[in-house]
Amino acid sequence: MLAVNFLLLAAVLFCIGVFGVIARRNAVMVLMSIELILNAVNLNLVAFALMNNNQEGQVFALYVIAIAAAEVGVGLAMVLMIYRNRKSIALDELSEMKG
Amino acid sequence: MLAAEETYKSLELSSGWFMENAWLIALIPAVAFVLIIAFGKKMPFKGAEFGLASIGASLVIATGAGIQWMQRTDSADHGGEAAQGMASGVRGALRAAEGAEAKPFIDPVVSQWVWWQNSGLEFGIGSHIDGLSILLLWLVAFISFLVQIFSLDYVRGDRRYTHFFAALTLFSSGMLVMVMASNMVQLILGWEIMGLCSFMLIGHWWEDSYNSHSALKAFFTVRVGDVGLLIGTAILFFGSNQWAVDNLGTNGFDIRAIQAWALSGDGSSWTLLMASVALFIAAIGKSGQFPFHTWLPDAMAGPTPVSSLLHSSTMVVAGVFLVARIYPVFWEGFNIANGGLSFIAIIGGITIIIAALLAFVQDDIKKVLAYSTVSQLGYMMLGLGTGAWLPAVFHVFTHAFFKCCLFLAAGSISHSGSHHSFDMKKDMGGLRKFMPITFGAWCVSTLALTGVIPFAGFWSKDEIIDNVGDAGYTFLFWVGLFGAALTAMYMTRATYLTFFGDPRGAAAGIHHDADHGYATEHRETLVTAATIDRELVTVGAAPKSLGAAAAHGDDHGDDHGDDHGDHGDHGDHGPHESGKLILIPIVILAVLALTSGFANPTPLAGDALGLNLGEGVELIKEYVEPRAEAVSLDIAAGHAGESVQLLEPGFVPNEAAGFVPNEAAGFVPAAGDKKAGCGRSTPEVGTVCYFPAVSHAVPTLSKILLSLGVVAIGYAAAIGFCIAFYKNKHPKLVGLTERSRIARGGYLFLKNKYYLDALYQNVFVYFVSRPLAKATYWFNQNVLDAAVDGVGAGGKRAGEFVYKNIDQKLVDGAVNASGTIASETGHGLQPIQSGRVNHYASLLFGAAAVGAIVLVILNVS
Amino acid sequence: METLTDQNFLLTLGTFLPLVGVLVMMLWPKDDESGVKSVGIATAGATLLVGIYTLTQFDYSQSEKLQFAVDAEWIEVIRSGYTIGLDGISLPLYFLSMCVTFLVMIYTWDNMPDAGNPKAFYILMLVLQTGMAGTFISQDLILFFVFFEVVLLPMYFMIGVWGGEDRQYASLKFFLYTMFGSAFMLVAFLALFFQTGGESFGFAYLIEMGAGVDRDVQIWIFAGFFIAFVVKLPGFPFHTWLPDAHTQAPTQGSVILAAILLKLGTYGFVRIAIPMLPEGAKAWAPAIAILAVIGIIYGALGCLAQTDMKRLIAFSSVAHMGYVMLGISTLTEFGINAALFGMVAHGLITGMLFFIAGSVKHRFHTLEISRLGGMLIQMPKMGWILGFASMASLGLPGLAGFWGEFPAILSAYQPGFGLNEVLFRVCMVIAAIGTVLAAAYLLWLYQRTAFGQPPAEFSGGAAHSLSAGAGEHAGDDHDSDIEDVRPTEWMAWTPFLIAIVVFGVYPQLMFKVMDPAVTQMVETLGKSLG
Repeated sequence: MLAVNFLLLAAVLFCIGVFGVIARRNAVMVLMSIELILNAVNLNLVAFALMNNNQEGQVFALYVIAIAAAEVGVGLAMVLMIYRNRKSIALDELSEMKG
Repeated sequence: MLAAEETYKSLELSSGWFMENAWLIALIPAVAFVLIIAFGKKMPFKGAEFGLASIGASLVIATGAGIQWMQRTDSADHGGEAAQGMASGVRGALRAAEGAEAKPFIDPVVSQWVWWQNSGLEFGIGSHIDGLSILLLWLVAFISFLVQIFSLDYVRGDRRYTHFFAALTLFSSGMLVMVMASNMVQLILGWEIMGLCSFMLIGHWWEDSYNSHSALKAFFTVRVGDVGLLIGTAILFFGSNQWAVDNLGTNGFDIRAIQAWALSGDGSSWTLLMASVALFIAAIGKSGQFPFHTWLPDAMAGPTPVSSLLHSSTMVVAGVFLVARIYPVFWEGFNIANGGLSFIAIIGGITIIIAALLAFVQDDIKKVLAYSTVSQLGYMMLGLGTGAWLPAVFHVFTHAFFKCCLFLAAGSISHSGSHHSFDMKKDMGGLRKFMPITFGAWCVSTLALTGVIPFAGFWSKDEIIDNVGDAGYTFLFWVGLFGAALTAMYMTRATYLTFFGDPRGAAAGIHHDADHGYATEHRETLVTAATIDRELVTVGAAPKSLGAAAAHGDDHGDDHGDDHGDHGDHGDHGPHESGKLILIPIVILAVLALTSGFANPTPLAGDALGLNLGEGVELIKEYVEPRAEAVSLDIAAGHAGESVQLLEPGFVPNEAAGFVPNEAAGFVPAAGDKKAGCGRSTPEVGTVCYFPAVSHAVPTLSKILLSLGVVAIGYAAAIGFCIAFYKNKHPKLVGLTERSRIARGGYLFLKNKYYLDALYQNVFVYFVSRPLAKATYWFNQNVLDAAVDGVGAGGKRAGEFVYKNIDQKLVDGAVNASGTIASETGHGLQPIQSGRVNHYASLLFGAAAVGAIVLVILNVS
Repeated sequence: METLTDQNFLLTLGTFLPLVGVLVMMLWPKDDESGVKSVGIATAGATLLVGIYTLTQFDYSQSEKLQFAVDAEWIEVIRSGYTIGLDGISLPLYFLSMCVTFLVMIYTWDNMPDAGNPKAFYILMLVLQTGMAGTFISQDLILFFVFFEVVLLPMYFMIGVWGGEDRQYASLKFFLYTMFGSAFMLVAFLALFFQTGGESFGFAYLIEMGAGVDRDVQIWIFAGFFIAFVVKLPGFPFHTWLPDAHTQAPTQGSVILAAILLKLGTYGFVRIAIPMLPEGAKAWAPAIAILAVIGIIYGALGCLAQTDMKRLIAFSSVAHMGYVMLGISTLTEFGINAALFGMVAHGLITGMLFFIAGSVKHRFHTLEISRLGGMLIQMPKMGWILGFASMASLGLPGLAGFWGEFPAILSAYQPGFGLNEVLFRVCMVIAAIGTVLAAAYLLWLYQRTAFGQPPAEFSGGAAHSLSAGAGEHAGDDHDSDIEDVRPTEWMAWTPFLIAIVVFGVYPQLMFKVMDPAVTQMVETLGKSLG
């Protein structure tokens, strides 16, 4: 019951995040959506840890938060550089990597 | 066993330095050979001094050893009482009546050293001194010595004077090694060294291809026989080795072991028969017996001293020696004891007749003598084959003197009488006036050869014939007598042509240097009816067709290949007597041809003819023939050890006690029964025999008169023919070969040497050396090698195929194809790589979703 | 197997010392030909001195034991060790290889093949020496294989670079043929290794364990050995590389090939194939014997058909190695001793014959028998030596060849371990007839080359009529452009000639060394064959 609520919330968050990643054109919004996805996972980890009464899940959640912070740092830096170069952060304009 | 031990008592036998060190007899000439080769050319006499000195030293030692052997025999006969000196030894020996008093077996003096080892057995080399080896050692040393003296003058100025003496000396060494051999391998060693020297000496003037061809033929024919020697030795070795190790502590090469084993009844008769046949084939080759006699006449291409030493008196008796040496093997193998149909006797008999007949058609004096040698060797074989061991060995002894003398006389004639020619018809005749000493020696030797009493040949040859008859071989007895008549005839013809009549050709002072042309024809040419050497046309008339003779293929002369003018000692070129160095050996030999028969005269024959020779005169029988007495094993066992090891001999005082009757054969030995004794029944346990009990014929007056009569008839017929044909040119005889078909056929048959040479050379040798060898080589090149090349070529072609089709198309195709596939796939997937993050993310999440669904489905089900 | 390990540095030193010389020569300037030659000869001489010292240190009373043995780790992964040692079987061959290399180098001093470049030539000979010596001391299959193959390459280059006109073909044939055999050998080695439990490649271990391998397996593994060694031998029908290789090889190559390389095959039989696979050996013995006698007769007939002197000598090797094979196939002490003696004797005698052929070629620029003749007149000493070597080769007693031939023939009368006596006795008779053929082709060769008059094309126009040859010395009037034996040739040949006589007169010198080792080997064989 309790778990179901957590899981439902996490699923909703995850879906929002996925939608954001796929649909939004703004790079910052995509990064934020990624944060949402990660936090959805965090929520799951914490919820299961609580349910199973152990600490690993919570520890792992802390790791994810730390890594997410780092990732956002790197990601924002890249966005900033892209913006400086191209005066735009619209992702659909960035297709130089096309094979 | 106990009883046996009691019956034997050991016997003190005297020995001596000479016998124990008899190996020096062979070693000294061997060392001299090395010295001649190394320093010969620098010496004042060009190396001859080494040869003469070494043979002289060997002769001295051999003589000493002979005297000591006699003392040893006497000391045994007198129960250990040492004899004092030769004279008392000779006189003191009492002649025992046949079978009445058993004399002890005299142990040979054996000194040997380890020579080689194999499979843990040690094999020795050394000297084995008994009567037979002493006799031959002395004989070989003596004849070699005389021939070397003869050669000093005879080959003086020769191109290869030093080499000639080196080879002669090496030959003597080889023969001495063989004669004193203590085992079969040593015997083979000496045997083959002789073969080598024979090759070197026949081919001494190798510039002429006829000579080198003859040398090759001699070596090669003898080598064919040697196959038998190798095989026979192998059979004897493996047959007797275990027995020898167990009983005598020696091995299967040891002569004594072989002798004892053959008589022990231990070996199967099949093994012995095979060994006998194989070894006798070797003897056939070496001793020029039918059908391998053909090399011996051709061997006359060598210088005359070589013919007289190697090819008449010593080397060619090696085969006879081999048979005599391990006589027990042949005795048992051919069952001579029971009068078996002996292979040896048959071959000997055939050889006597065919060789004697061939001697009639030879124009070359040396070839007459060569065929005579073959014939006489046939007598020796006949004797050995029928159990007449003693007369056969005695004939070796006497034959050496008179045949050597005849050859040296022939050499003397060619040297001084016929200007290096040996052709009796063209270059001789009437020489008795010019060369009286040579003529005298020749006559004495001829009388000895033909067996006229009291010359040497009578005592030996007659005894052979007598024993053959006595042993029950009646047919062979008549063959022997017929041979004796033939001998008288061809020798008369040779004597007449050489010494009587009018001088012809070179003997008459006519020189025809063209005749010294070196024949190069060496494929065996057959004489055809068209080229019959018409007897009378050539004989008596001055030589007409000299050039034709050169092409004849067998015309040759001892002309040393040097300029004839170099011969200072016969500047006048007419026939004259030879110098001292040539005559002295001839005279010595002639004296021995007259007297050597008295070494073993048959007393009864002497008595019958009124010659009182007294008792104890059969020296050869006394000292040479081994006594057929069993020896206790306990005493006889010796070991092939280091250095000199003298065996303590023992003997059986009573013959009958030494044997158990061969019960399988189902007879009871009676006193004096010929069936008992060594070689006739199995020796008692614990004893061995070394020699079979051969029987000796008792000569009777009638037999002696018969054989003398036959010889006389031979002489009479031959003299009559010679006078009628050569001197008076009787019209019925002259040209007979042209008129009568039978006479022509026979003459051609003989002239062509029964076509044996043609058979060997044009068929066997030609076949092996031409078509067979060519075919083999063709097979090698076109089948085996072609197969290899084919494999190579096939491999190359397969490689090309693989490269073109598999490598380039398949393997490389696969590689290329994988590239293409990768590239195409990449192009196919290119659209996915849009470069847009959102696009990627959707793919990522889509894939994750698919993965999740799959996982869920898997987990649920 | 008991081993003696005193002074065990000797074998390693003796084997690898030539490589030190190779290093020195590589640094030596190529243009300094005599310097290069001196270094090469000095190295070979030093190696020979080590060999002589080894001879003096060898304990002859225990020649059946491995002496100077080393058993060090080498390639641990595949259980192969640096196991070396010397016993009575290998000592004569080991020493012979050193002598031959040294003497061949002396001979090369002024008989350099036409292609020149002595530096490379000497280096190859030294490498060859290491390979040969190594093969004889190896007591480990992998080590043996390595040395066995090391021998191949220098010989390939010697034939291929310094050989005659057809050298490319001959060298390639030689190389491929031998490699073909080696492939089988390697497979057989590995099969044996795994069949005995994969514990070790050491000889001692394999001899102990090999007998336990199943009989059928033994026969198959032996087949591999058989092909490898018969090719090297060379035995009929795998001999066809030999005449080509010999004919095309430079004299030095021929001598080494005849003296040592052919022995690797027979040595392999005696050392590896027979002791390790007793049942296989027994099953194969009749086949070996039959091929041996075919080789004897076939080689002799091949000789009779030859028109080239060197090719004739090459074919005679096929016949002579037939006697060696026959001796081995009897599986008796008698036969194997004879075979070992025959190997050394053949090495000396045929090596000598090839030397002469090389010198004749050097002087007349042809080896066509029909064009030669009268050698005794032009070069009496050379003619005598040829006669001597021919006599030795045809097995005259008193010279070394006899002691390989005669006991080998003899031993076939009674083969060991229940082999078919009738078959072997027939082989014995045929082999004995082979001695007649040997006499035929050698004497025929001698008659045609040495006797008679020198042919006009080589006698410089001076007519050699018989009467002109008068005088004490035969052939003193030979032509100045055809010289007799030279000093370097004397130096190289004299040891060969002396050895042929010494071993012929007193064979115990060698039999005493070999016999205990062979006896022990056959006893071991007897334990597994019953």
